[in-house]
Amino acid sequence: MRNILAIAGKELRAYFHSPIAYVVMTIWAALTGFAFYLHLMVYSEEMFYMQGRGGMGAPPINLNDVIIRPMLEGFLLIVLLFLTPVITMRLFAEEKRSGSIELLLTSPVTDLEIILGKYLGALTLLVSLMVLTFVYVGLLFLYGNPDAKPVIAGALGMLLFGAALLSIGMWISTFSKNQIIAGAVTLAVLLLMYILVWLRGVATGPVGQFIAGLSLGIHIESFAKGVIDVGDLLYYVSVIFLGIFLTARSVDALKGRP
Amino acid sequence: MRASLPGDHHGHMIQVEHLTKRYGPTVAVSDVSFEVQKGEVLGFLGPNGAGKTTTMRVITGYLPPTEGKVSVAGFDVLESPIEAKRRTGYLPENPPVYPDMTVSEYLGFVARIKAVPRAEVKKRVEEVSEKCAVTDVRGRQIGKLSKGYRQRVGLAQALIHNPEVLVLDEPTAGLDPKQIIETRELIKNLAGQHTVVLSTHILPEVSKTCQRVVVINRGQVVAVGTPDDLTHHLQGYETVVVTAEGPAAEMIDKLQRVEGVNLVEPRDAAGERLTIELHAERGKDVRPEVARAVVEAGWKLYEIKTTGLSLEEIFLQLTTKDLGEAN
Repeated sequence: MRNILAIAGKELRAYFHSPIAYVVMTIWAALTGFAFYLHLMVYSEEMFYMQGRGGMGAPPINLNDVIIRPMLEGFLLIVLLFLTPVITMRLFAEEKRSGSIELLLTSPVTDLEIILGKYLGALTLLVSLMVLTFVYVGLLFLYGNPDAKPVIAGALGMLLFGAALLSIGMWISTFSKNQIIAGAVTLAVLLLMYILVWLRGVATGPVGQFIAGLSLGIHIESFAKGVIDVGDLLYYVSVIFLGIFLTARSVDALKGRP
Repeated sequence: MRASLPGDHHGHMIQVEHLTKRYGPTVAVSDVSFEVQKGEVLGFLGPNGAGKTTTMRVITGYLPPTEGKVSVAGFDVLESPIEAKRRTGYLPENPPVYPDMTVSEYLGFVARIKAVPRAEVKKRVEEVSEKCAVTDVRGRQIGKLSKGYRQRVGLAQALIHNPEVLVLDEPTAGLDPKQIIETRELIKNLAGQHTVVLSTHILPEVSKTCQRVVVINRGQVVAVGTPDDLTHHLQGYETVVVTAEGPAAEMIDKLQRVEGVNLVEPRDAAGERLTIELHAERGKDVRPEVARAVVEAGWKLYEIKTTGLSLEEIFLQLTTKDLGEAN
């Protein structure tokens, strides 16, 4: 555990010593902040409109449906798809390029400790992004009266979604010495896994439906509705474990090479 | 087969037995065996691409051997990697540093992953910084340091957990002459407390720092011994160099007739003054006879000395001989 924490601390320091952490956090805060603002405008427009009609003839609207759910289900996920490769691309690529991977692999630590340490460092940065977002959500609680349960479920869903992306990104980062390549390939793979959901509408056979079910985006829908579905939870946990397992295989294979 | 108990290493700190390493079809190292005694400094000598780095990477546990057995302090690098790595400090050819970190941060991090007890981390960082003369830059970012400082930070990193075995891959590569001398001094001071394996393709380095040499070429060991051993073993004759002033043809003729001298070869002439190389029978010192012959003839004798084969020559002999056999 001590080794994992030492490596996680080193990764986190690297994020904050370089512009990466600040750039990622700024982009995230700006985009989610603007999206929040737009959703809020729509909400007040509708409230205004409904008030004008005396609240008659329209279904009641609430903060969850108009602001929180659309953000969790849609835009925030897209932003995460683009930002997580920036977080993971350096994890192994940079160590391979500079040769510092030799230090890690000749130290009395196991490969798994190295991998979990790096993953934990990246995950901590992701959690700081989530914290930024929930400042906005906190504002809603301060001035409005949203339902807390879907917010908590949604936050959990988004964290799991992001954690799954990081795990895949970390694995891809083991293949290249070039961060840009690692990042670009990660983005492509993540986008592909995300749009698999479109198969749901076109594929008729069970195989097509199964592949659609592997989509990264599908499984967050239940969380966004405020339901913690065990199947969806297991899906994300499995992707995280698979990514870590594949990273371990790949790090082991690194050792056979000159 | 004898079971290897932890810590059971018969005074051999490093034991390499029949090591072969292949990358796909390429054989990088083939059937290499040698031992290193406790406290010894062993030089690993060979041209670029001979398999030095590969062998060192197997010893440090970075690469698994394809065949053969390697143990450090009695611990097999494949079976007990953590135990072996705990006892090994490694400086790869390029110091494995993180340019964004300061020297202190970096050494602190390395101390933690090298299992230095938490309470001792600070003390150890100070000790190795002092030893490797990086104390004055400890607050600076490593990426902004000169090559010499970075190399010393790399060495400090290898020493941080006070390992029994130190593996240094080309420790003086890319340094300026002053830094090279300082680094060699540092390595010499480490001998005794640590068992050191260092690789180099620079020959004087070996005679200056190492007690024993393993010469490797094309993945195979071509010679093992002390620098002196190697010189004597390979040379079938003694070489004497005479500098004297006198008529050239006569002098050569006269020296030829000195007992024990087999070959006379003029090497250099500056006016009347000649430098002549003699090859004498092995184990025979012909200097007094040569001196007498020159003086009796009334010529002026300036210098007379024996020379061994230089390491460069030995190295060339060994590696080209091997090349000839291979072709």
